[in-house]
Parts: sequence; C-alpha cells; structure tokens
Amino acid sequence: MTSTKQTDARLQMPLGLAKRGYSGVIHRLAADDANSALSAIELESRLIELGFVEGARVEVLHEGIVGRDPIAVRVENVTIAVRRREAMAIIVA
Amino acid sequence: MEAPLMHLALVGTPNSGKTSLFNSLTGSRQKVANYPGVTVERKEGSFVTPLGRQVSLVDLPGTYSLRGRSPDEEITRDMVLGRTPGEALPDLVLCVADSTNLRLTIRLLLELKSTGRPLMLVLNMFDIATRRGVTVDVARLSEALGVPVVTSIAVRKGGTGDLLRRTDEIAAQAQTPPRQNLWQPLTIAQLRATQREADRIIAATVSLPAKPDTWTARIDAVVLHPVVGLAILALILFVMFQAVFAWAQPLMELLSSAFGALGQLVHDTLPAGLLQSFLQNGVISGVGSVIVFLPQIVIIFLFILLLEDFGYMARAAFLMDRIMGGAGLHGRAFIPLLSSFACAIPGIMATRVIDNRRDRLTTILIAPLMTCSARIPVYTLIISAFIPAEQIWGWMDLRGLVMFGLYAAGIASALGVSFLIKFFMWRDYAPAPFMLELPDYKLPRLKSIAIGVYTRAKMFLQRAGTTIFSMMVLIWFLASFPLPPAGAEGPAINYSLAAMIGKALEPLLAPLGFNWQIAVALIPGMAAREVAVAALGTVYAIEGGKEAADQIGQVLATKWSLATALSLLAWYIFAPQCASTLAVIRRETGSWKWMAITFAYMFALAYAASFATYNIARAFGAG
Repeated sequence: MTSTKQTDARLQMPLGLAKRGYSGVIHRLAADDANSALSAIELESRLIELGFVEGARVEVLHEGIVGRDPIAVRVENVTIAVRRREAMAIIVA
Repeated sequence: MEAPLMHLALVGTPNSGKTSLFNSLTGSRQKVANYPGVTVERKEGSFVTPLGRQVSLVDLPGTYSLRGRSPDEEITRDMVLGRTPGEALPDLVLCVADSTNLRLTIRLLLELKSTGRPLMLVLNMFDIATRRGVTVDVARLSEALGVPVVTSIAVRKGGTGDLLRRTDEIAAQAQTPPRQNLWQPLTIAQLRATQREADRIIAATVSLPAKPDTWTARIDAVVLHPVVGLAILALILFVMFQAVFAWAQPLMELLSSAFGALGQLVHDTLPAGLLQSFLQNGVISGVGSVIVFLPQIVIIFLFILLLEDFGYMARAAFLMDRIMGGAGLHGRAFIPLLSSFACAIPGIMATRVIDNRRDRLTTILIAPLMTCSARIPVYTLIISAFIPAEQIWGWMDLRGLVMFGLYAAGIASALGVSFLIKFFMWRDYAPAPFMLELPDYKLPRLKSIAIGVYTRAKMFLQRAGTTIFSMMVLIWFLASFPLPPAGAEGPAINYSLAAMIGKALEPLLAPLGFNWQIAVALIPGMAAREVAVAALGTVYAIEGGKEAADQIGQVLATKWSLATALSLLAWYIFAPQCASTLAVIRRETGSWKWMAITFAYMFALAYAASFATYNIARAFGAG
C-alpha cells in the first residue's frame, strides 16, 4: 500500500482508515460516502455538533479491541469516540 | 410585596458539569419527578439569592443542539421555547460550559441566542481550566457573544457567588422588552456556520495550552488499552460486587438486630392476639427485612455515581461497544444496562440515550436480566443459609463467588437473548452509530456524590414505606385469614387464603422443587422482587412462632433441600414477576406487546433454568 506516501504527500483519506497515532486536519465531510445507518444529513449534523468541521485538527488516540474499532479521536481539545464506519465520512489530510 | 418567583433553567452539553452546578446551587432542596406524558426525569430545585430572591431551578437534559433527536433533547428544546404545557417559560437560561472545553457549548449558546430568552454563560470548572493554563478574557468573550458571562467553581464553597450576584442584577433590571423567538431547526450550512463562528470567537478570547490534559492522557493510555483496559473493567465490576456483599454485612446485621429488638419490644408490650401479630410479623419484620438492604443499595449507587463523576462510564462504553455489538447491542446500552444492576426501572428509562428504536428495544428487553438490587435480598438470604462461609485459595469468599456467578449468569443470558433477537428479528439491519464524548477525568466531589446517593436511598425508602408496606399488610392478611377452625391441628397458616393460593400453584411449580410457601412468596414478589424475602419471613414466622421471624435463613436451611435453594436462585436470575418493571416497559415502548413478550420470555427462561438446576442438583445428591 501507499500509506506512507499518502501521509507524506498529505493526500486525502477517510479518518475511518487512519491508524492509532495518525494526526491531520479535516478537509471536508462526505456523509454520503459512509455506509452509516443514519441518513447523510443526520450524520453530517451530528458530526458538526461534535466539532468535526473543516479545518479542525484531529488525532487518533485509541482503538478498540475488536477490529481496532471504535476509535477515540481528539478533535481540537475534545475527545470523541466514533466507529470507523461513521469516521469514513470525515475526509482528512 | 415579595418579588415573584424567578424561573431559571440549566442548559448544557453532556459532561459540562451541569449536575454538579445544580447540586451546588440547590443542595438537598431537590424534587425529582417526570415531565407529564413522557418519562424524562424532571429535576427541580430551589435556592435564595443574596438579595433574598426566591429562585426555582430546573436541570434540563444535556444536549449538543436544539434539534431534539431524542425525547430528552426534545424536552430541553421545548422548555427553552416555552412549548411544554404547564411549565413556566424560564426567566433566564443558564448555559453551562466546561471551561476547559468551550467549543461545543459556545456553538450551542449561539443557537440558544436565537430563541430570544435572556441568557447567561456560566464558565464552570474554571479552577481546573486555570490550572491547565487555559486563560479566558471574560469581558471580551461576553462582548463577542452579546450575553453576560460568569465564571464558577461549582464544587467549591462560594464558587457560585459571581453567578448569584449576576442573577440578582439581571432580575433587578427593568423589564427589558421580550425579544422574539427566531429559532428554527438549523440547516447543515447554518450548523457549520455557527461552529465556525464559535471557533472564531474562541480564537479571539481564549488561549489554550498547547498540550491536552496530561493526567487524562496518562490514565487513558492504560484504561483504554484494548487488553489492559478490559481487564481493569472486569476488575472494577468484580470489586463492586465483592463490596456489595462484604462491606454491607456489618451494617445489615446491625439493622437486622435493631428490627428484631423492636419486634421483640412489641411482642413483650402488647397482649398476644391479632394486633400483636400484625405489628410484629406483618409490619416490623416485613418492612424491616427490606430496609435491611439499604446498605447494599447505597454501595451500588455509590460505585455507579463515582464512576460516572470520574468520567469512567463513557470509557466503559467505548471498551464494550464492539464486544456488545457482537451480541447486537449498542455501546451506549452499557450505561443503561449498568444502571439496571441497581434497578431495571432507571435502567430502562436511561435507554432514552439510545436514539435508534431497534437498539433501544433490544436494550429494554434485556435490561431486566441484569441483576437488580432487589434480587440481592433474595440472593443474600439463600446464599447465607445454604452456602458455607469459606475462603477459596485463601482470599476469595465462596459466598461472594456464588454472588458473582449469579451476576455473570444474568449478564451471559442477557447477551444470549440479545444475540437471538438480532439473529431472528432484525437480521438485515446496519448497526446504529456510536458517537460519544470522552470527557477529561475529574476527581469526584463528595457533596455531589452524597446528594446523588441520598436521593436514590430516599426513593428506595419511600418504596419500602409505601408499596412494600402495603404488600406486607396484604400478605399478613392472606396468611392470617381465615382463622383456623377451633380445635384444628397444625400451624394456623395452613388454613389461610395464602395456603390455598400457594397450594393451587404448587403443581405448576413442583417440578422446580418449589413448595407452596415459595409459591406464596412469589406472588407478592410481583410488586417488588425483594418483597419475596419479607413474604417468606411472614409465611414462616406465622407458621413457626416468633423465634422463626428472627432467623428466616436458619429456618429455610432446615425446611428446604439444597436443590430447592439452588433452583430458587436460578429462578431469581430471571425473576419475571416484577410488576413495576413491566409497567415501565409498557410505558417506554408504548405497547402492551413488548411488555407481554418480556414477561413471556423471562418466565420461560426462569422455568427452564430452575427445572434444569433442580434436577441436576438432585442428580448430584443435593435433593
């Protein structure tokens, strides 16, 4: 895979694929791309309410035991737990 | 003329320290009830400002926005907008923020401004923020937001002085013309715009330290570790249950002997007869045998409240999310299920934090399988009568271990049932999202915990004083009347109504090893599970005279076989007969169907488990 290259070149990727220790900045929200049980509008609203907006700094702090899921993400100075499925809607770079 | 009562409402995001501020302002002057028509808890308290103004304060459910995604959040929205029938429109809305974490609250505050209600921003936990190097330019923040801003330290004496003074000032101001409510559900673009605006204001008025809270990071490195974290969670639960059994023992013995002495006093003072029997066997031994369990209920709530205040509960949900997901449960179900260990009723009510209907229904269906504190009396009674107090491996209490096993059996069956529900009923369904803030750790505050425990204990005692008391009177009546005919042989209870009911049920319960006395005790157990203990006491006390009432356990040990005792323990893992739980399920799901399904499946499980336990125990020679 080209994950090292991606990080170096700061290519965009969904936060849902990020490993523990990843840090970056939110580029955009793509709620349509996440296979969530929520509608795209509802998912996007909730993400914004929890502080996931463009330009916010994020860092993946922890991962769960089963399938490295959910993840604990530092968004600016708040820590939010999300499942990877929903984190696919957050495009980071 | 006295100033009119002022109505204040507390609004804030979850984890903003809203509850500790509420506790600090109102102390023990609190009333907990429900909003009419819905089962959202309504917490109201009162206090007096320095200038002597009477204030009524409501603590509204925590929310990140006014969209109203759940019944709780709808209450917050409707109260702020004055749409709740019978509720006063708040004269002032206090928007509470955790000073170390202003982003999400400032966005909420910007949304609240459009409602036109007078607002004040309360920067709570200001001491922690200062210690961490967060500096807030309060004056500029107030100017940028266009609302008064005060700092507060809810947990310190005098920490709310500023807040009280400003409340007086705002109350004294001449009637400002009421502003119009311009609030409308925000579009995504507006949501994003308010968050941007909030970030802009924060950037201009707050300076944040470069590093996050180091203590939280250090603790989380261990507590959220995939393997170590789960081991710690298991250890915490294990200690909790050992504590419930071991720590409470001396206090319970004290209470028990106090009620015994009181009963004896009544026995000695009054002439023998119906009144003496009613007071001693019906009232004192009945209510006493339930109140004895107060120490255990206090300990369980102490643990739950401590873990919640510390900030651990959200971590537990994080650790358990995928594991519970394997059984078809949502990570958020962890907290309602954990509360169900105290009582299924608050647990089922707490499922309102799960906004997906199917996830919520699954959680409601299995919540009664969590071993609630009302089962503890039954477990304790039987365990102390039949299980020897031995140490295993030199440090583990055998009785504590059996208790742990019963809890584990409840959890295992809950996971199993949930898995079956998911497999058979909702196979084609994508799991609902799990999104939860993990707050920074905070040292739990004694006063806040004490108020929480006190409120729960009061609710338990009120129940003991009303429902349980009236059931005890009923049982005493059933067990005493009709009086035996003159010259009849054997104990009087053999001629009573209770014996008739018990004997009618006996054929149904005989395969489980239950005698008619147990059948009699299970009937009032419908009102509240723990009543079964008191009922057994009454049934055997009346049968065996006063000596029996003092030592229910010892009597049982001579009357029952070990197989019967184990079978009753197995029955109580499921114990389908709690009427209040069924009533809450009916109310929360809005349907009789789900209530009937819960009762039927729990009854089937209880019967099957007892049947298996009884017969296996007998095969091993315990019959």
